[in-house]
Amino acid sequence: MAEGIRDKVAIIGMGCTRFGERWDARPEDLVTEAFEEAIADAGIEKDQIEAGWFGVFYDEQNVGKSAYPLSQYLRLPNIPVTRVENLCATGTEALRGATYAVAAGACDIALAMGCEKLKDTGFSGLPERTKGTFEDLYQPGFTPPGAFAQLGAAYAAKHRLNMDDLKRAMAHVSWKSHENGARNDKAHLRRKLTMEQILDAPMVAYPLGVFDCCGVSDGAACAIVARPEIARELVGDSFVTVKAMQLAPSNGVEMGHQSWDGAHTLTTRKAASRAYEEAGVSDPLADISVTEVHDCFSITELVLMEDLGLSQDGAAPSDILDGRYDADGAIPCQIDGGLKCFGHPIGASGLRMTYEIYLQLLGRAGERQLKSPNFGLAHNLGGIPNRNVAAVSIFGMSD
Amino acid sequence: MTAFGILSYGAYVPRRRMSRTHLFEAVGWAQPSLKGLAKGARAFGAWDEDPITMAVEAARAALAGGVPKPDALCFASTTAPFLDRQNAGVIAAALDLAAETHVYDGGGSQRAATSALMRAATAQNGATLVATAEQRPAKSASVTEMLSGDAGAALLIGAGEPLADIIGANAVYADIVDHYRTAASGEDYVLEERWFRDEGLTKLAPQAAGPLLEKAKLAAGDIDCLIVPVSNPALAGAVARALDIGKDKLAGSLFNECGHAGAAHPLLMLAAALESATPGQVILMTAFGQGCDAVLLRATDAVSKRRTALSGQLENGRIETNYTKFLAARGAIDIDWGMRAERDSRTAQTVAYDKSRDIYGFVGGVCSACGTPQFPKSRRCVNPDCGALDTQTDYRFADLTATVKSYTEDWMAFTREPPLVYGNVSFEGGGNKFMEMCDFEPGGVAVGTSVAMNFRIKDIDAARGFHRYFWKAGPVPGGAGG
Repeated sequence: MAEGIRDKVAIIGMGCTRFGERWDARPEDLVTEAFEEAIADAGIEKDQIEAGWFGVFYDEQNVGKSAYPLSQYLRLPNIPVTRVENLCATGTEALRGATYAVAAGACDIALAMGCEKLKDTGFSGLPERTKGTFEDLYQPGFTPPGAFAQLGAAYAAKHRLNMDDLKRAMAHVSWKSHENGARNDKAHLRRKLTMEQILDAPMVAYPLGVFDCCGVSDGAACAIVARPEIARELVGDSFVTVKAMQLAPSNGVEMGHQSWDGAHTLTTRKAASRAYEEAGVSDPLADISVTEVHDCFSITELVLMEDLGLSQDGAAPSDILDGRYDADGAIPCQIDGGLKCFGHPIGASGLRMTYEIYLQLLGRAGERQLKSPNFGLAHNLGGIPNRNVAAVSIFGMSD
Repeated sequence: MTAFGILSYGAYVPRRRMSRTHLFEAVGWAQPSLKGLAKGARAFGAWDEDPITMAVEAARAALAGGVPKPDALCFASTTAPFLDRQNAGVIAAALDLAAETHVYDGGGSQRAATSALMRAATAQNGATLVATAEQRPAKSASVTEMLSGDAGAALLIGAGEPLADIIGANAVYADIVDHYRTAASGEDYVLEERWFRDEGLTKLAPQAAGPLLEKAKLAAGDIDCLIVPVSNPALAGAVARALDIGKDKLAGSLFNECGHAGAAHPLLMLAAALESATPGQVILMTAFGQGCDAVLLRATDAVSKRRTALSGQLENGRIETNYTKFLAARGAIDIDWGMRAERDSRTAQTVAYDKSRDIYGFVGGVCSACGTPQFPKSRRCVNPDCGALDTQTDYRFADLTATVKSYTEDWMAFTREPPLVYGNVSFEGGGNKFMEMCDFEPGGVAVGTSVAMNFRIKDIDAARGFHRYFWKAGPVPGGAGG
């Protein structure tokens, strides 16, 4: 394996809007809101940014295509800006582009921005879209909850679990995230829920009820990355660095080959293994202090705990119910409220996760602050369990 | 010894059956006179079934197991989904018939299927598959709505070991308009029943059948089974009397389980008759539609060798009591399906044509290097331990069973019969497909459930009046979950 990007890039500033039903804001407003926070945080001038990466998923349905929305909103001085899209990993892809550019020495300071205005599409849940001229002829008319619900059926069958027992563990996932989200003024959904409310919610796609599903919202988040030398000049010796960024897209095996059991995300396991190696993490349980994972649905988070190597296969339900991933547990997950409470403006989500880890590492997370976190892990899963793009990023301090 | 005759048959009756009692409860306030018909149940297709899909299922049953491939395919229906796009071509593609097959549509009257059978029997030019299905449009509270049922049937006629010999056939025409439908009118306009009985049925049947029996040197008393596929089965007795055949020889009308399937009904009743026929039995099949077709058949010793599962289908209906669900399945009521129904389902015909064997025939690939079946066929093998380039040969999944690996019942997805059920299925012999499911009762699917493939409508493109077809996983006939 190549030597990777560990500690080659620093995050010198981040910004994140309030997520929610931002009827008051156009993409221009969200991008500006996130950017102004980040640039003030970094303490640099806008003109010091040499390149930008802009993550937007539903290009025709909200923000618009290409790089120029970002360039135009911020009146960037005609620096190179690249629009990226990679399903739910879109925000992380923007950060990966900026990080790789700095690590390669192509520029000193780069911007990664992600933005999505889902509430302008008019849908509850993610909007409908074509799957392409060929796939429209044979792929089922699935929705994201229905596609992820498959994990529940297959997981219960694989581990011979009663669905009611699995549902309790899934409900705990959502309960915990709402407990956390209630303490975050940037979260969309800030109401605490009882286990009974979650378990009794109307069915969306068996076995997922309404509260097993993440919210739908508008938001933007961004990061300014730079060479460590620049970070040192700006903030001294202690700053956040990128330890690893790994991506693993499906190659068709899960959808077309019988070797996949339907009860795990193959790509997460591949990306996590590479990311741990790149970051020098030999024991995730000991080294990873906090995770922000792709909890689009409660069952996804449950399965991911195993795919990231934090729970043994088959042990995630009991680990979850034992509180291991609660705010006061060994490895808190979604300490900011997660997709569950932030919603999932797709282009922004990966950067929103990174934002929380950044705050936690710098000790700036307020009442959510965890005690001396070591490494933080952000994970995205774009697509559906049988065909997706998984991203695993690990962040830590420079010293 | 080979002979020319009926080599095999198939039938398809949709699972869904509208209880006529409940149908009458919904519409009887407007037409109290329908009460006399309010018994039994009538078959109706799900939203994703139409005469093409029903004919495909009937034809698959007829072609199963060691019969010759047809040289010709005629699709007979008065309710073919397309007026100018060959419907039989879709059916042939779903059956994965060779491109050289002579494929054509027939229609125009309820004699469409029997006439195709008669022409094929007269020509004796190779094997002909007559596939027929009907889904008669009907106004709410109409007699047609009460009497009709959706169904399909298929016969393979050719040289081989026939289940029934075709002794002869004869036809007369008469432009007696007991009912009619035009493209503009949409539904049937039905006239006086007794007039048609007295001036039509009872006069035309002897005109067609009399010379036929005479030529065959058979008397009315030699007929063991008389098929009279009339909309109102109460009129069949008059036909039997006019032919001097005992009413006890009348084949069952299928009124209680199915209803009258228009042009498909003669062959559907014949399929039912053949299922219970004993060797040597003589069957006289009539069909009426501005005239009369009469076909005389004799069951051979082989008749008991091939039995289709029509009686099982008739028995295993799922009774529907909700009239609006019946209307919704037929597209006769405009339900607000929500914003997800606005998805543009335009078909790229360039792709649909290029991939027609993949989509209609459900033909994927099997890797010649490692033996892994896969769908769709791809340049590189999907097996993670193989990945060989351009090694795949054609591999048809349509007739394979599979087991459910994962599934959901999705209440958010758009479907005309919520919830949308779909999941990953693993095929016997290899191959995995993420696909929609059909015909399962709520709670009927589980991980490990066996499924069989059904040719169904995939999407309806309402904006352009088009719809496309693909395969869906349904209960294995006679298995669990249905």
